[in-house]
Amino acid sequence: MNIVVCVKYVPDAQSERTFNESDNTTDRVGVDGLLSELDEYAVEEALKIVEAGEGEVTVLTVGPDQAADAVKKALQMGADKGVHVNDEAIHGSDSVATSLVLAEAIKKIGDADLVLTGMASTDGTMSVVPAMLAERLGLPQVTFASELTVDGQQVTIRRDGDAASETIVASLPALVSVTDQINEPRYPSFKGIMAAKKKPVETWGLADLGVDASQVGLDAAWTKVESFTKRPPRQQGQIVTDEGDGGTKLAEFLSAQKFI
Amino acid sequence: MAEVLVLVDHANGTVRKTTAELLTIARRLGEPSAVFVGDGFDAAKETLAKYGAEKVYRVESADVTDYLVAPQAEVLAQLVEKTSPAAVLIPSNSAGKEVAARLAIKTESGLVTDAVDVQPKDGGGVLTTQSVFAGSYSVSATVTKGTPIVTVKPNSAAPEEAAGAAADEVVEVAVSDAAKTARITESKPKEATGRPELTEAAIVVSGGRGTGGDFSKVEDFADSLGAAVGASRAAVDAGWYPHTSQVGQTGKQVSPQLYVACGISGAIQHRAGMQTSKTIVAINKDEEAPIFELVDFGVVGDLFSVLPQATDAVKAARG
Ligand SMILES: Cc1cc2nc3c(=O)[nH]c(=O)nc-3n(C[C@H](O)[C@H](O)[C@H](O)COP(=O)(O)OP(=O)(O)OC[C@H]3O[C@@H](n4cnc5c(N)ncnc54)[C@H](O)[C@@H]3O)c2cc1C
Repeated sequence: MNIVVCVKYVPDAQSERTFNESDNTTDRVGVDGLLSELDEYAVEEALKIVEAGEGEVTVLTVGPDQAADAVKKALQMGADKGVHVNDEAIHGSDSVATSLVLAEAIKKIGDADLVLTGMASTDGTMSVVPAMLAERLGLPQVTFASELTVDGQQVTIRRDGDAASETIVASLPALVSVTDQINEPRYPSFKGIMAAKKKPVETWGLADLGVDASQVGLDAAWTKVESFTKRPPRQQGQIVTDEGDGGTKLAEFLSAQKFI
Repeated sequence: MAEVLVLVDHANGTVRKTTAELLTIARRLGEPSAVFVGDGFDAAKETLAKYGAEKVYRVESADVTDYLVAPQAEVLAQLVEKTSPAAVLIPSNSAGKEVAARLAIKTESGLVTDAVDVQPKDGGGVLTTQSVFAGSYSVSATVTKGTPIVTVKPNSAAPEEAAGAAADEVVEVAVSDAAKTARITESKPKEATGRPELTEAAIVVSGGRGTGGDFSKVEDFADSLGAAVGASRAAVDAGWYPHTSQVGQTGKQVSPQLYVACGISGAIQHRAGMQTSKTIVAINKDEEAPIFELVDFGVVGDLFSVLPQATDAVKAARG
């Protein structure tokens, strides 16, 4: 079983996130980053599948130099090898271009039985890259798995939807995105951290993938940010301490605001 | 006037409120044409007409309904080809975003997800507004390639009635084998709670770890207000409330008129799902809890005494 896990390097959600004034792209340089927490679930699930059977886990990321940290973390958790697509021209790419680069990299890695992703990135939260990847690779798309089993030539997932809990079956190779309900990602062990240092990481540019620079980056985007405005921070309103009348005061507020 | 395609969100013909919102928005951009996939058109027709759908493209093929999003994307791609619409509007739920994502690739069109507003742009095209980084920025964007494909969040427009003909046209679609590779083999419906749907509700009352697992006071208060009930991830992870009720980054993003957080500290990931609510209220024992930074009204106190008192007061006021 060859598994490719797509991971993203994202700004730390705890830090202040901003835009670049010059080109209206997300500022990924000025802030601390890390492996998107939501992708850790995909890495963990890949490791569990391989540990229960056999196979190899390749982590794939597209991003600037610092994104190597995301690959490193996944290798420390136990992935076998890494691929980092890094090219100046990629800066400012939207999900359409990112999915193109990922798809070409997955083809170049070759022989993937399963492509795993997180449910969303913790910064963009568009949740569209997995569907775009499936479309580009012509793979069955099974997203938002909160349980996953692979047997023989098929994958079965459970998806916890609003109206129903669904079981979805697809043949391999397939693309699966997993939720944060699926497992409890491991912390890298000391042994894992040491072992990661010797694991192979390949760095590819666009030329290695046969992708033309004109197909990616800000200028190739099919949408354009016209402007952005920082919302004024919410002003703290009235805070009362309950002295036996907190509920009454709350109801008075709601009534003054015409909610009741 | 160019058509604007609106993918109808419905359960066996019961049209959800988001569709009325999308049809209302579509009228700003052109002539609304609903795209109805699945059974129950007869039940849906009246609502679609009421909110101004001039045409309804009906797709009833089992090929489309038994499989996941890929066939719906193929249907829409064929309709985009046929009608050259001014825009395609799709509800911003998880399936809707995936349909939109695939449609964007198929038709080589720009995609905007989670829009909270869509307006016609001077000189043609659309201008969308999104709220990003946990609601701390508001972004306006335009589509520069192909047909604008926009997924629109619930509560982004007040539905306005406008009579439409809702003339239906059955469309035959060819769904490729590739689109039929993932199949739903079992579906266990959830028990109805009788409460409004979380993302559509005007009022949401949420409980967190502070409930200690007893959501009864939260539910009673929600019911007195006719509200939906939400939960923090801590409450969901503890098994106290279903995951589908989770509010936050990895749960639902809600934007109601009123959000009431009970026993929730206000972690950044929780805020990401509720920060754009119009009015925010919190009840928390700890006056230092970060949730108080965002509130319009806060009560420092025990939810087990504050909520029942508030519930009684609301019931009394409502008679
Ligand atoms: C990748 C990732 C994704 C996440 N996604 C989400 C998400 O989607 N949604 C989400 O909610 N969280 C999410 N989290 C978790 C988030 O970081 C917090 O851990 C979580 O929101 C805490 O839930 P809480 O506020 O209920 O619990 P706590 O932080 O433990 O807060 C409980 C609060 O209850 C108060 N309290 C206790 N007893 C009472 C009482 N009797 N009366 C009144 N107040 C009382 C306490 O003072 C405290 O402030 C995510 C985390 C990660 C890492």
